[in-house]
Parts: sequence; C-alpha cells; structure tokens
Amino acid sequence: MKNIDSHTHVSGQSVYLDDIPLTQGTLFGAAYGSPVAHGIITSLHLEEALQEPGVVRIFTYKDIPGENQIGGIVPDEPLLAEHHVHFCGMPVAFVVAQTREAARAAVKKIKVTIDKLPVITDPRVSTEFIVPSRTFSMGDTSQAWEQCTAVFEGSADINGQEHLYIETQGAYAVPQENKAIRIYSSTQGPTAVQRATSRVLGLPMHQLEVAVTRLGGGFGGKEDQANTWAALCALAAWHLKKPVKYALHRMEDMAMTGKRNPYVADFKIGLDASLKIIAYEVTFFQNAGASADLSPAVMARTLFHCTNAYFIPHVKATAHCCRTHLPPNTAFRGFGGPQGMFVIEAAIALAAEKLQVAATVIQKANLIKPGEEFPYGQIAHSEAHNSWDKAAELYKLEELQQAVKTFNANNKLYKKGIACMPICFGISFTNTLMNNARALVHVYTDGSVGISTGAVEMGQGVNTKILQVAASVFSISPDKIKINPTNTYHIANTSPSAASATADLNGKATLIACNAILTRLTQVAADCFPDTTITIKNEQVLADGQPTGWDWKRLLSEAFTRRVNLSEHAHYATPEIHFDNNKEKGHPFAYHVYGTAILEVTIDCLRGIYTTDAVKVVHDFGASMNTDIDRGQIEGGIVQGIGWMTMEEVVYDKEGRLRSNALSTYKVPDIYAVPPVLEIEALQTKQDNLAIFRSKAVGEPPLMYGIGVWFALRNAILAYHPSAEIPFTTPMTPEKVLMALYSKKIMEHAKEAGYMAIDQ
Amino acid sequence: MLNLILNNENIGTHLSPGMPLLDFIRYHQHLTGTKTGCNEGDCGACTVLIGELRDNELQYRTFTSCLTPLGNVQGKHVVTIEGINMDTLTPVQQAMVDQSATQCGFCTPGFIVSLTGFCLGRQTDPIAAIDGNICRCTGYKSIERAAATVKELLVSRNEEEPIDFAVDHAIVPGYFKGIKERLELLIAVNGEHAFENAEELQMNTQLVAGGTDLYVQKPEELMEIPLNFAWNAAKDITKQDNIITLGAAVTVSDLLESPIMQAHFPELKSYIKKVSSTPIRNMATIAGNFINASPIGDFTIFFLALNTILEFNNGRILPLAELYKGYKELDRNPDEYIQRITFELPSLFHFEKVSKRTHLDIASVNTAINISVKGSIVSGVRISAGGVGPVPLLLKATMAYLTGKKINENVVAEAIQTAWKEISPISDTRGSAEYKRLLLGQLIKAHFITLKLL
Repeated sequence: MKNIDSHTHVSGQSVYLDDIPLTQGTLFGAAYGSPVAHGIITSLHLEEALQEPGVVRIFTYKDIPGENQIGGIVPDEPLLAEHHVHFCGMPVAFVVAQTREAARAAVKKIKVTIDKLPVITDPRVSTEFIVPSRTFSMGDTSQAWEQCTAVFEGSADINGQEHLYIETQGAYAVPQENKAIRIYSSTQGPTAVQRATSRVLGLPMHQLEVAVTRLGGGFGGKEDQANTWAALCALAAWHLKKPVKYALHRMEDMAMTGKRNPYVADFKIGLDASLKIIAYEVTFFQNAGASADLSPAVMARTLFHCTNAYFIPHVKATAHCCRTHLPPNTAFRGFGGPQGMFVIEAAIALAAEKLQVAATVIQKANLIKPGEEFPYGQIAHSEAHNSWDKAAELYKLEELQQAVKTFNANNKLYKKGIACMPICFGISFTNTLMNNARALVHVYTDGSVGISTGAVEMGQGVNTKILQVAASVFSISPDKIKINPTNTYHIANTSPSAASATADLNGKATLIACNAILTRLTQVAADCFPDTTITIKNEQVLADGQPTGWDWKRLLSEAFTRRVNLSEHAHYATPEIHFDNNKEKGHPFAYHVYGTAILEVTIDCLRGIYTTDAVKVVHDFGASMNTDIDRGQIEGGIVQGIGWMTMEEVVYDKEGRLRSNALSTYKVPDIYAVPPVLEIEALQTKQDNLAIFRSKAVGEPPLMYGIGVWFALRNAILAYHPSAEIPFTTPMTPEKVLMALYSKKIMEHAKEAGYMAIDQ
Repeated sequence: MLNLILNNENIGTHLSPGMPLLDFIRYHQHLTGTKTGCNEGDCGACTVLIGELRDNELQYRTFTSCLTPLGNVQGKHVVTIEGINMDTLTPVQQAMVDQSATQCGFCTPGFIVSLTGFCLGRQTDPIAAIDGNICRCTGYKSIERAAATVKELLVSRNEEEPIDFAVDHAIVPGYFKGIKERLELLIAVNGEHAFENAEELQMNTQLVAGGTDLYVQKPEELMEIPLNFAWNAAKDITKQDNIITLGAAVTVSDLLESPIMQAHFPELKSYIKKVSSTPIRNMATIAGNFINASPIGDFTIFFLALNTILEFNNGRILPLAELYKGYKELDRNPDEYIQRITFELPSLFHFEKVSKRTHLDIASVNTAINISVKGSIVSGVRISAGGVGPVPLLLKATMAYLTGKKINENVVAEAIQTAWKEISPISDTRGSAEYKRLLLGQLIKAHFITLKLL
C-alpha cells in the first residue's frame, strides 16, 4: 500500500507548520543567540532593537512566569540564558514583531557584552560528566587478554551529523480562552513540548494543546529540540495574548540546534589463533554539548550496541557523557548505536590489517548465534548468520572480493574497495517506561473510522501502517479510515516518535482498540444471527462464512441503535522487557533487527575522489507489512548513513562557532551521490516477535549499513598503498582520502607505483 | 507596477521588485506548495518554472524562487505546483506515487516541478533535471525510478512541440497552450520592462542579473535598496573567426546549450555537470560569476585560462586576469558593468574541479588549462587555479616555467613545485591549506594526463 499522504505530497497540498493559515493578529518571533560559546553576560542592550519599526516586545529570562528550564532528562538547560552562556547560538532573547522581516532585523540590532570564559569543544578535555559514567561488562576482560594470541589498541574519532530536515524547526502558539494555548509544533514529541512549555509558563499540562499534522523530516532532531521554539512562542503568546509564530531560518536552525553526538573512543581488542574475538574493551567519550538533552539516553544505546552483531565473551565498555560548549547534541537516527558500531568495526579492521586477513573473515567468525548473550544480558534470537550467509551467497561475496583484487592488480590510478557491514539493532526505548502508547478509535455511524494516536508522521509512513492495522482488523476499505493529526488533547502522555518503535507501539494500541470495537460489533451481529459464528470480511457480515445481507454500515447502524460503544481508547505497553540500571543487565529490547550489507567503492587515486558503486543488502524484515514504505526507509537510511560517513562534515572552530552553517558548507547526499546499484533482499524470518503484524521496525537499523562505506574506502586506499596510515576518523571526505594516499610517508611509494601514469 | 502570469492568473503588483519570488508566492499569494528550505538555492524545495519568450519561443526553465527577485519575473510565466495540479494526478505526480518516491513530502513539490519542467523542454536526462533537488529522507532510488518513468512519457513525442505534447498528454493543464499569446499581450501592453531601468546605472544602485549570489549574501538589503535589472543585456553567444563573444546576460545554461561552445569544448557538458545545479545554472550569469569575485568561482577559473577580455558599458577594455586586485576587490568603478565577454578559442583545454560533494558544491580547488603544444614543446600555456589564494589566480610563474619545455613527468613535477610557490591557500570548511596545496598539484597532473600530454 502506498503512503496515504502521497497524493497531497505530490500536489503540494500537505500541510506543514509554515503552511498553517494564520489567525488574524499573528506576530512573528526570532531568537537572538549568543555570539560567544562560553562566558558571562555583563550587559544586554535591547534599546536599539526595540526602536526597529514593527517590533512589539523583546523577551528575556526575566519574563518567564514559571521555571526557566526545559531540560528533559537533566534540568540543566535554561530556555533563555540568564547570566552564563554555554554555547554559540544559545537563545538569549526572543524578539516579537509584526513581520518576520522586522523580527529578524531587530535581532541584528541586539548588543550583548560577554566576559569570555575558556571554550571546550573536545570531549577528552571536558571537565565535567553530565551524568555518572556507565560501564557494561560481561566475562572478565582483565583475565581474558592472556587467552589472546593477538591484541590491538587504537582510537576512533567520529564526527556528528546535521539533521538537515528540509523543513526547519518551528512553532505557532495561538492563545485560547481561559488562558489555554494551542501550540502547533514541528515536533516528534508533542508531550515533550507540552511538558516543557508547562514548566516554563507554570501552566498545568491540560491548558496546553500541542498539535502536529506532520513533519518535513525529523531524524531525531525534533525529538527534544523542538521544545525551545514552542516554549518561546508560547511565552510570547501568553504575555501578548496574540498568536506568535516562529519558523526558523535555515542558518538559525543550524547554528542553534544540536546534532548527532560526536564521539571519541579508545579500544582494545584481543583475538585467539582461530580469529575468535576473546576480549574487547572500549571507552567512549561522548560529546554531549552544553546540556544533557537526550545525550544520556544516546550514550546508553552506544553501550548497548558496542559489540554490534558479534558475540564477544569478555567485554568491558565504559561511556562518559562529556559536557562541552557546543549546542546540546541530541537524537539522530540510530541514537548512539551507529557510533558504538563504528568503533567495533574499526577494531576489527585494525586487527584484520595487522593479521593480514580480510576483515570479513573476522566478522563472520564472530557473528552472534541464537542463544548467545549480549553484554547487557539479553539472549539473542539471532539472524546474524542467516543474513550474512544469504548475502554472501546471493551476491557472491567471494567472487566480488576476487573481482576487486583483479581490478586492483590491473589498475594503478583507480582502486576498488569492498566491505561487509552486519548490523544488529535493538528495538524498544532503552528506557523501559517509555515503551507504551495509546490509540483512540472512533467508528462513525456512516461506517467511516477516525483514529488518533501518539505517533507523529514524518515520512516514515507510520500513519499508513496504523491505517493498515485498522483496515485489516475491521476488514474495510482503507479509504474509510482517516488518521488524525497528533494532538495532546486526544492522546495524552505520549512517548516521542522515535526509537523505530512508533509503528509497533501505536500500531499495537490501535490493534487493541479496533479489536475491542470489533468484538462488540460481532456480538451485535451474533445477537441478530444467533448460533452462528460471525465474521466480517470485505465490509460484509458473514454468519458461518455465509453472507447475511448485512454490510459494514448496516452493522454499525444496528449497533448504534442498540447503544453499543463505537469508540475505544486502548493502551499498549510492550511486554517482556525490563532492565536493571544498577546491574546494567536485563532484557531491554522487544527484539533485534539484523542484516548484512556488502558495499563496493572506487577511488580515483589521482584526485582523491570516489564513488560508492554498489550496496547489496539482506535485511531482516520479519514479515514486512508494507514493502513500499519499508523499502523507502531502507534505501533512505543507507544513503543517509553513507552521507554521514563520507561528505557530511560538521565543522566547529576553536571558539565553538559552527563553520558548516548552511547548505553551501554542509553537504548532504544529492541524487548523484547515491550508489547506482542498491539491492535489497528480504530475510523473511519465521520467528515470532513483538513487532506489529511481525513486521519489524525499519526506521533506524538501515542507516548503519552505511558505515560499511567508510571501511570499503579504507580498503581501497590500502589497495593503493598497503601501509597507508588511515586514522579511524569520520567522515572519509575526499580530503582525507587524498591525504591518506599522499601523506609524506607514502610519497615515496607513490613514485614507485608510478602514479603519473593513467590506465585506459 | 510589475506584471506577470502566475499559474493561470495575470498579476500586477506594486511590491518591491527586490522581494524574493518565494516570499511573494508563499506569503503574498498564499500558495504554500512551494516550500522554504535553505534560502540559498541549495535544496530545490522552492523550485518553480519560469516561462519566458525568447526568440519568439516560449521556453520553460526551473528557478529556485528563494534567489529570484520578483523583478526578474516581469513579463514571464511563473508556475508553482498549484499551477500544475489538475483534478487528477498528472503522470509525473502519478509516477512519484507509484514508485513510493515521496516520504516526508517536503521536497516533493520541488521534484514534481523539476520533472514537469523536464517534460516541457528538450533535455534528455531526467536525472539532470532534478540535480538541484535535495531529498533528506534520501529516497533517491525511488525518485530515480519515477524519473525513468517520466522519461518514458516522452518517448512518443518526437518532433512535436513540447508544450503542446505536455498539454495533450495531461502533463500540464490546458491553459499552458494559451500562455505564449498571453505573455505577448502582456508585454505589448506593459512593455517588456514595465518600470524604469535606466541604461546608465545610477550611483548606489545595485545591478541584479540572475541574483544567485546577491540573494545568498544580502536578501534583506535587496528589499530596501534601488535595483537595476539586467533585462536589456545581451544573451547571445557568437563566433567570428576564432573569437567567441558572450553577451553580459549569458547564463550557464545558455553556455551549455550553445552549439558554438559545444563544438569547441567537447567536454563542456562534463565540466558543467560539476558546477552548481540545473536551476542555478538557469539563473546564474557568467558575468555575475566574474563580478562576484569569489576566489573559487568555477567560471572565473574556466575563463581565466581562456585569456578572456571584458568590455564595460563605458567601452573600457580589461583582461579578466586584471580585474582582481585583492579579496573581493575589483578594478571596476561603481557605475561600470560588464557588457561583453570575448575570448580566443583554445588549442587544448581542460577544466578540473574537486569538491566535498562531487556535484552541487563549491570547489575545494578548481583549475583550468589552455595549452598549445608544437612538436611536443609547449608553445603557449595558461593555467588558472581557484581556492588557493585571495583571488582567482593565473599561475604566471608556472606558465612561464612550462613555456618552451618538452613535457615529461619531471617537468610536470617541477611545474607543480613552481605552482606551490605562487599560491597561498587557507584552511576553511572546504579543506585544509595543506590539502588544497596537494590537491592543486594533483589536478595539474590530471590536466596533463587527461589531455594525453603525459
């Protein structure tokens, strides 16, 4: 089934935040961000800005009636800076004016003097851990090194990633009667917006209606970071009693919002003679930025996925949540998992290089088997071998590897690289309490159905999947069903649309609600056709499988007449999951998603540029309930992962100022950057799982296939020069490739290799 | 008053001609299908079609409306997604639906407009038509499949007039057939340029051509200050003997489509593919690229190697190489503007560019070479290099070294050593100074290798 929004999408009729028709009297906001990353505000001059034509008022922290605090996990994030500023772009004041242009012009007239304090951008030199560090361990690494025949140590430096949702952040707050406020927000977490605004305004949550129709992309960037803009607009609307809107300019968005957490990590890996990984120690230094935001949770997932799809008997993994003076870093598709996986892949690549074996040999030898344990205690229902073996066979891995060797032997200026990337990603919020959702289903007397859930549609197709659930349960045509905008007045206390779990959680709640209504409707029919078994199929009521002459609408009419409840509000909480934070052991995930990708690249050794030629995947879908949507998620995730590993380079200077601050300086994949060959084969698995209709979550896992492109590029460079020094630093830009190919040490080799020649 | 046709409606407006077309469409005409993404022409969410009468032909091109001044659509047909919509989906829209080529949907109208523009022209590669559209859900594979379907739509077109064909096949609404006459009438009634545009520029007015650079730099300011639009500037490309002349308003797309240029620069298409995107190329002028004075301007580097001569409106003649006095500092009076660009056909020519993203990106380093070789001896050479100094550079010492030499690996290596002495790259988001130095050397090698001189 196609995405239910696709018709309005292709005709430009889908409504995003900036498209909402404005209420008369609407004012426009713009935030003034600190020009300095760390310091103490000694004076703030708003006079000149207030003189700008059209300016209505400028708000500072002094105007906050409630608490100047929006931190979700840790209360360490003021909405507006008071005396300290902690990052460049930290909101200091909020200008409200009669037009967008006037608000933005006034922002430029604000003057601040700040006594500068030292700026820290490197997590290794951070002086403060935001939350206590955590360690996951299994076995005993200290004893295990003795069993190893080879031990290698190294470090990795993983850059962040700008979300670059094409729709920027924004909010629109419209005052209602009795001091209530309706907030339209481009958020993945309506409840988070409601909670943050409630705190700032000192209003009870029931006064705040947060409404979301859809997002023009989120990717994690609007999970917690939408709160700021909504709270600012609500603050202004509360004071002025006028609607206030703020849709951020791209450069404001990039400068003021956090990104995927960069990490540095130190690792030590030990293998025995049969290439079994015996022990793995890793220490992660997470660059959290200026406040906690979601970083503690991101950090947890890094630990959960630090061994990726491998079984390692002795593991010790420690992570530190380091405060720096960057904008608060946050959720981004994969949520710390990709960073953890990159490091174990780096450790394997290093071991492979030193031991002179292909990394694929080590990878395959250590894939986790069913019944083996993850470092956090959960037992794997592994599909790692199945997906690897199927990919190797289907795509003829050995032949591909041989073809690359042959090509490289015959070409001097172009080198190919190949790498495999197995993935294993746990599905559920790692914070167990968040794994619940509600759905409100109304069946109207004309047979049409309206559904509200806590899910936010942002391109992942969750609304389509929820609609499929209802259509399947009721056995009615999809066009009888409408999914309503997400609204905190309809569904309360929601978890954000995140962790790939939105369709599972909200889909299951919908399933429960629909089944409850169906049970009541079936009873109505059973009362009218006694002693038969009632079923509803294709909008017809069947008794013992035979037509009764009643259709769906007739059934509803009868049920209504009999005063049967045609609505249901259902609650779903994922069963089986638990986690003990003290022991760092438990069963945190409903299930895992597995898969294996084979990635091929070619580098131009003269220019240092490269192409991703092919990505071939076997992916564990469970049993996809919507192959159209799931394919889009996988293809998109892979390319976004490739972008993260290759061209997407977040650059801050030493003063903590973002240099990659626009689309002209931060490059995401364009249509030419996509691999010409991108094949996806389903691993249809038989095992039961907790996914909706056994259709496994698909939002985040595929991004991690993209990690393989980094290692394929590394292999290609090594094919040009076997002892090239290639630090485990991401992204692998053309600059890094060229510098690795022609570092001073390598120059001598290059001369011998005759790089001046060209292959025809 | 400024007059245009917006979708199926004739519109006159007194709004500032400096207002970005995007704001006019969204916030004054309340057509919200055109999206705001980046405000610098780099994402394509705001793509519109601009229909213009040229040589008595109605020609549609894609523009990014965020960088298009309202003044530049005077006498033109502006088409937004709303102007394409009909009661049922068009085959372009249907192809995107069928291939599940829309995820969050925010970029989708831009893709639809670009692909519809493809159907209104005679280009052959639908992917090139969407090279300026960014999809951050990165659903490009399904978009590629949709684009292939769109190309299939045109298989039966042959020599038929594209607009008629598109109307007949319900790719665009029927009113498109009447646009040419309506534009002719609009221009006849209002004049091609309905408000004052003095031939002689007044001091302190800003000359605007494509707007692709000015609207990135200072969009707010352009709403306030007096503007002069380059409406009357020539768009022709002519050749006399071995001298090629470009009018001041020649765009990159004009250059690309010029039979003269194609005949003498066989690799032109591959060079230009690496320069910005289709909508930007449709808007940006070559002269604007020169005056912008970016040390990394692709066409500045291209034309520097060609020994290009500029002719200003006052008749002054200046070699392009002498235009640049310092970072963004020009040998040009405020009332001077480029009227004509001329250059001599090269013997052997090549252009190299490397950027973080291969396409639609600003170069880390770019360079062009124009070389004559007689009996394996270099009889004349010009090498330009961008991104390695405060201005677009002509590598004069390197050129002097190479002249008279017989090319071999040692000579090229020595030339690179010479080039390194005359450049002064700095570290920025496009690369470290050390990288740019190494890269320029590699690209100089690439010139000789590609031209089969090594």
